[in-house]
Amino acid sequence: MSRWVLSGLKTGIKTTHYPAQQEIHAGVSPGLPVTGSAEGRTAEICPTAALTSSEGRIEVNYRRCIHCFRCVRSAESAPLDWQQGYEWAARAADRPALETGAFGRSLNVLVVDAGDCGACLSEIAQLTNPYYNIHRLGFFITPTPRNADVLLVVGPATDQMRAALKKAYDAMPEPRRVVAAGVCALSGGIFGPSLVSGAGAADVVPVDVEVPGCPPPPLAILHGLLVAVERKPSAFLSSPSAPANPVEAAP
Amino acid sequence: MLADVLREAEMRWPGNLYNRVDARSGEIECAPEAVSEICGWLFSEREYIFACLIAEERSPDWELRYVWYGAGDDGVIHVVARQPVAEQTFASLIGRVHAVDWSEREAEDLFGLVFQGHPRLGDFVLHDDRWNREVTPMRKQVDANAPLVRLLPEREWRPLLVLNAPGGFAMPIGPVYSGVTESALFLLETQGEDVIRCVPRLFYKYRALEKLAEGRTAAYALLLAERCNGTSAFAHSLAFCQAAEKIGGVNVPSRARALRILLAELERFRHHTAAIREICESTGLAVGASEAAILEEELLRLSCQYTGHRYLFGLNTIGGLTRDFEIGPCLQTLEMAQSILRRLERLEQRLRRTNTFVDRIEEVGSVSPQDAREFGLVGPIARASGVARDLRKMQPYSGYENFSFNVPQEQAGDGYARLRVLFAEARQAVGLIEQAVSALPLGPIRAETAHLAPGAALGWVEAPRGAAFHWLRLADDLTVERYHLATPSFLNWNGFHLATENFSFQDFPIILATFGLSMAENDR
Ligand code: SF4
Repeated sequence: MSRWVLSGLKTGIKTTHYPAQQEIHAGVSPGLPVTGSAEGRTAEICPTAALTSSEGRIEVNYRRCIHCFRCVRSAESAPLDWQQGYEWAARAADRPALETGAFGRSLNVLVVDAGDCGACLSEIAQLTNPYYNIHRLGFFITPTPRNADVLLVVGPATDQMRAALKKAYDAMPEPRRVVAAGVCALSGGIFGPSLVSGAGAADVVPVDVEVPGCPPPPLAILHGLLVAVERKPSAFLSSPSAPANPVEAAP
Repeated sequence: MLADVLREAEMRWPGNLYNRVDARSGEIECAPEAVSEICGWLFSEREYIFACLIAEERSPDWELRYVWYGAGDDGVIHVVARQPVAEQTFASLIGRVHAVDWSEREAEDLFGLVFQGHPRLGDFVLHDDRWNREVTPMRKQVDANAPLVRLLPEREWRPLLVLNAPGGFAMPIGPVYSGVTESALFLLETQGEDVIRCVPRLFYKYRALEKLAEGRTAAYALLLAERCNGTSAFAHSLAFCQAAEKIGGVNVPSRARALRILLAELERFRHHTAAIREICESTGLAVGASEAAILEEELLRLSCQYTGHRYLFGLNTIGGLTRDFEIGPCLQTLEMAQSILRRLERLEQRLRRTNTFVDRIEEVGSVSPQDAREFGLVGPIARASGVARDLRKMQPYSGYENFSFNVPQEQAGDGYARLRVLFAEARQAVGLIEQAVSALPLGPIRAETAHLAPGAALGWVEAPRGAAFHWLRLADDLTVERYHLATPSFLNWNGFHLATENFSFQDFPIILATFGLSMAENDR
């Protein structure tokens, strides 16, 4: 066993300083397209109707953008500006704010997969790796709803997961928060609404915080958790001011 | 040889149509009654491997297509039968080929077909507590946008207890069952201490991807192909593009072909690292798991730095790639991949010397070579059971025939053998990246003209979890008429029960992890 202790020590500290400081390591986020002038650009290039043009501007709806990169790599339209950063999570306007200190010092997160493609879940799994280590912030992934404070939902809410999702939410004690991560969970993405899927988690449970991205990188999901417990301010999911607090890409 | 096989088949079953489509593929058109015999012969005497069953409603007929493949010159053979749409009963192949089991059940659920001779179990893709059995989402008259008529109130679902012994009961686990896991339910049938068998109930994540593609453009369907499984997005988008390129007769430039291999292997490397992390986690080896997790995150960051996306989304396009890569970043990526591999190899060494770890995965979840063949297993799982099948070798695509690599193989078929195959393939993936980078052809990264045409074709790749087949049919207006994807997770879940006979309860997470299958890729 000592071999493992030693090798554990040797790997050294790699953990991000976020949220105390911004993380600037390259590759932590794929970034997002941003609203800009419509000149030479066409909103039709977007296959998911995430882009709309009005008054000489092209606006991005982050509930629909699936990171297909067509608006930056297509010959038919001048590339949209692309912004790094990851503080993308936004509080749903119609949900009440929390009382401060509602959850105490530690927070249990129940993850429910309501039909994701596997990428969103993979990014959630990274949150406990030493690079992000959410335990240091008092966040823990729990396997049961009974002691969960936050329900973290991914996927468009497929029909066959509706019952399980609802049941998990109903079994959670108050106060509770729901964070929907990934465009599928926000709008159905490219999968919903359809004959067998809903238009996101809000079809089944009340969503407090929305995290866009396809998939949202670990730091965006972490930002979502922080917004859910009011430890970070919310971003905005539609133009003109989205996303908040952009971070410059590392050189 | 394909030609010999077709000739011999023609002698045995005269009166059917035997077409050589090209050097490596053929089609046998026969009466529905003849399918079972011909396929049974291909499987048991000519040792062809089952790829997929494609059901198509092509008014006025049903078209049923069983696809088989072998190595090299044996090529790919489609056995096709048609009958009027009003006639919904086909003979099942299940008596001759176990590997078709799930494929027939799927076609039964989604199209309302009946496979005579197949034990009709129901509650498969469409769960019985949600929908009436009459619901058939893949039929053409069903609207992809209108919700299917649900059962209200929901019927209560009770597991079918197969075990018939005193004191026996089935313990359901799922569909939400632990930490960060994909949704699925497992029925563990037990009689006390040990679990006698495990019956997975999947398709909680059924998104009807194939249905959603219909009537859309191929460029749109590509987005669905890519997102059928986010952790092997590049492989699936590549298979889809290859199908579309075949239909249109598009020549993909050599630079794009080599870069596709580079990216596919980068994905395989990351996938296998993640799978290794999961195996460590399942045994409770926290330090090993977090070391693998560090490497996994570094590979995700590397992928993002190199391509713009951590899971390689948005790179494949019909005709090539959406972006080029300068040589500098290619070399850096190679260097980083090599240094990550060295650390992964050190982890491998330490794991091998950790008896408490090896004891947990050795002789756990074993699958015999014969079973693996019978049930049509693919990918690292098959290769760990002594069945060396790999489409990159057997039916090379994108230029794999010009690369030198071997197919790692193990004989034991247990959890440890599967882990060793993952390590060996990770090593080999980096070797392939190196070969791709060192001989990158110059030139365009996308075919100048990528015109599509009406027609149908099958594209395939060796995805990280094994063989994947994408069937695409474009209508006259070039929209998608039928899209079917057969995935390695689907093929392998069909054989999961082989690894779950008489095991002790605490080994269950380990068996699951060493199988490393995806629900998204299975459920689609
Ligand atoms: S990257 Fe987003 S906004 Fe741009 S075309 Fe794709 S989905 Fe639309």
